[in-house]
Amino acid sequence: MRPRRGIAPSAVVWLLLGAAYFFVPLVATLIFSLRKNQTGKCCTLASYGWVLHNGDFWHTLKLSLVLALETIVISLVLFVPTIYLVHLKVPKLRPVIAFMALIPFVIPPIVLVVGLLDFYKGSPSWFYDKPQGFLVAAYVILAFPYMFFSLDAGFRAIDVHTLTEASQSLGASWPTTLIKVILPNIRVAALAGSFLALAIVLGEFTIANLAQFHTFPIFLQYVNETQAYPAAAVTLMSFALTWAAMLGLLIVGRGRGRASLITGGR
Amino acid sequence: MAYLELQTLYRHFGEVKALDGVEVQLEQGEFLSLLGPSGCGKTTALRLVAGFDRPDSGRIVVDGKDVTHTSPSKRDMGMVFQAYSLFPNMTAGQNVEFGLRIRGKHRSDRHQRVGELLELVGLGNAGTRYPHQLSGGMQQRVALARALAIEPRVLLLDEPLSALDAKVRVQLREEIRRIQLELGITTLYVTHDQEEALSISDHVAVMYGGRIEQMGSPAEMYSAPATPFVAEFIGTMNRLEATVVDGDGGAVEHGGVRLSVDAARGRARGDRVLVLVRPETVELAPSNGDAPANALVGDVITQTFLGPVTRLKIAGSGVDLIADVPTAKAATLPVGTRVAATLPSEGARLLDLTDGKIPEIAEEPGPAGR
Amino acid sequence: MAWIGTLPFFAYTLLFLFLPAATVLLGAFKDVHGGWTTSNVTVLVQQPYRLYYKTSIEVSLVTAVLGGIFGLAVAYAAIRDGSPRWIRSMLTTFSGVAANFGGIPLAFAFIATLGTIGIVTQFLKNQLGIDLYGNGTWSLFSTSGVEIVYLYFQLPLMILVIAPAIDGLKREWREAASNLGASSWQYWRHVGLPVLTPSLLGGVILLFGNAFAAYATAYSLGYQNLIPIAIGNYYSGNVLDNPHLAQAMALGMFVVLAVMMTLYIPLQRRAQRWAK
Repeated sequence: MRPRRGIAPSAVVWLLLGAAYFFVPLVATLIFSLRKNQTGKCCTLASYGWVLHNGDFWHTLKLSLVLALETIVISLVLFVPTIYLVHLKVPKLRPVIAFMALIPFVIPPIVLVVGLLDFYKGSPSWFYDKPQGFLVAAYVILAFPYMFFSLDAGFRAIDVHTLTEASQSLGASWPTTLIKVILPNIRVAALAGSFLALAIVLGEFTIANLAQFHTFPIFLQYVNETQAYPAAAVTLMSFALTWAAMLGLLIVGRGRGRASLITGGR
Repeated sequence: MAYLELQTLYRHFGEVKALDGVEVQLEQGEFLSLLGPSGCGKTTALRLVAGFDRPDSGRIVVDGKDVTHTSPSKRDMGMVFQAYSLFPNMTAGQNVEFGLRIRGKHRSDRHQRVGELLELVGLGNAGTRYPHQLSGGMQQRVALARALAIEPRVLLLDEPLSALDAKVRVQLREEIRRIQLELGITTLYVTHDQEEALSISDHVAVMYGGRIEQMGSPAEMYSAPATPFVAEFIGTMNRLEATVVDGDGGAVEHGGVRLSVDAARGRARGDRVLVLVRPETVELAPSNGDAPANALVGDVITQTFLGPVTRLKIAGSGVDLIADVPTAKAATLPVGTRVAATLPSEGARLLDLTDGKIPEIAEEPGPAGR
Repeated sequence: MAWIGTLPFFAYTLLFLFLPAATVLLGAFKDVHGGWTTSNVTVLVQQPYRLYYKTSIEVSLVTAVLGGIFGLAVAYAAIRDGSPRWIRSMLTTFSGVAANFGGIPLAFAFIATLGTIGIVTQFLKNQLGIDLYGNGTWSLFSTSGVEIVYLYFQLPLMILVIAPAIDGLKREWREAASNLGASSWQYWRHVGLPVLTPSLLGGVILLFGNAFAAYATAYSLGYQNLIPIAIGNYYSGNVLDNPHLAQAMALGMFVVLAVMMTLYIPLQRRAQRWAK
């Protein structure tokens, strides 16, 4: 092993290959998106115009963003107190919950949606027929593993016991402790989990498709099937959204080690 | 001829001069410690000898051969790292065996040698355990056995005990020295712990700012430090700023008191100097306010129990001293007692105070205070 | 008594994960009249289900292994000595984005690239005389085409998984090995690869599960021979003559994934132990 100063040539080769594989499809999509509809040649922004003027685009995007927000809120309200309680009072439950966080990998969305559709067939319309009901319920489950790993890491990084005891010795009640002392300290972990949830919901297709709700990815597929060049435009915009979510994640998690697994709607 | 030579090694990282002309000559079988604070260049020097880095200029010569540009796997040196160096996927025995496997030794030879070495380091039964099943001290013993297995020409140790508990440290350093003497292997040892260096080395080189401040036997380094930095770094030292008043008879003036100091002979009257006095050489006696000859008067303001001796801090007008006295005697000089502290005339050393400033021991490398 | 506070969580997962899952898994053994049967499950070994399973497993295996190998190569290239630090953080960032860029938009991006009038297809044909579709055998919408597309989110996932493991290869091991006389190849053979193996295997298993469960990408490409697609067809088409058949297929998926999980967990533990 000679002391190495400067990058190895084989490393350059692999990195270039990786970069090529990553960028070529994006560049191809970009070129496609700039083609004129009639001639199939460059260059116009008409496809982007079509997308931005399309009512369905805004409608479904808004819906998906709302669903993401609801998913995030419900997830945080459900998971934060639970994980806090587990870390503080019932540590024996932690491995149980950690194991449960692996279940969604064994019950993937395609299986989950089949189960949900069957199990809730007779349920009230305000739940079964509304994306804000049915979809959000499912999305919280999809986001659960990522939320759990993020929040759990966040709680492990702080000394839950000391903070809580200090807060209580100074006279704070439980809700005050949770909101004023604990939450600010796990802010980064909560935000990281939230950005992951955002990316997941914006890309989730399987459940929305089988349950027949018109979310943003459903709109994307519709455009794919009907209009070639605008499809390219909207694909790139979707990619930009994913980027934005990841950028948010980066900014939030800056300077901290993250071993996050990031997957979305496949 | 020296067995291991470091010839004017220079190494810089950007603006920082990690090594600024380091020269070492070590005979075969000798044990040299590179001692100094973080950033002084000692680890850089060791890594150059091991081959994990190349000097900007200078040479490294082993047994007459220039190895400066030899790959580390061909230098035939054994290295013990500070921590985490055992291969986690192998047992202790397999770790020790590794170098022998690489060299293609037969299995029976390997097993025998591994057994011998594990015995040598006191781990005869631990051969089948994995690193994560061993304590820190045991891991370092395995690391030592592993380095010795290949019968290296030079043994290199990079702060091998820093990550261990105090008691384990003392025990292990004595064992390292014992094994080194038994095998007669030329050894280069890096540490920031001066007690460690003084207790087990043949020679000690104190480094600061990429340079060797002073090199000598442990006794020399302790009783005759050549620079203020070395004086401060090794042991505890009283440092008194003084002015020479008698260059013939040998006397200085400090805090208004005339002190007889043999080392002042030959100096010019008016020279600003630093008088260095070890605490254990200061004699204390109760005083009723008179100042006997050659003594400074002050009050005992603190006592710190150190076991066999107790450290007394003496303060007065212009007086700030530390004296180590046997604990029994310290009981007779409780806090508040007025004492006269007599400094030995022949035991004190003198250093020049050129710019009037006493150097602080900094953590970052910098020019040695001269 | 504090555990009562965790009840909302358990109630939620019960209602929206376990009970629906149980419906599916148990429903596989029901027949249309409400009685119990194993016929839905036993029919899975026949065609076309056998083809679906075979293809699903094949696609997952191929993309997992290839993703594993290439992911390791790229991650190592970015992290090893000599590579500037900014390459590593860029790689992690892009991998995070790419791992999440799946499904519908990804499928179209590849149609724009390697489809019949894709940019790369045309480039190869016009500039290099290579006609991808000329032979009539290959197409983006064939199995190997789907595999190429899947690799786009598999590769980054592997990078994200293996990068921390490569970080965990302590520099001291490399130096100690070299000091003891080992060449680069010997270091990898005796220390580097053995230590990485649990994480490598874990990553490959994770990738397998990831590909096996994937739906949207294949759907958008119009590729039919996968289990998830078959299940989806059952529900979105009007082919609801025997919904329990779809549930049986889902049970089959669950079994495969559960096997993967039992292999994955001990590997994770081993990898973490050596990382200390």
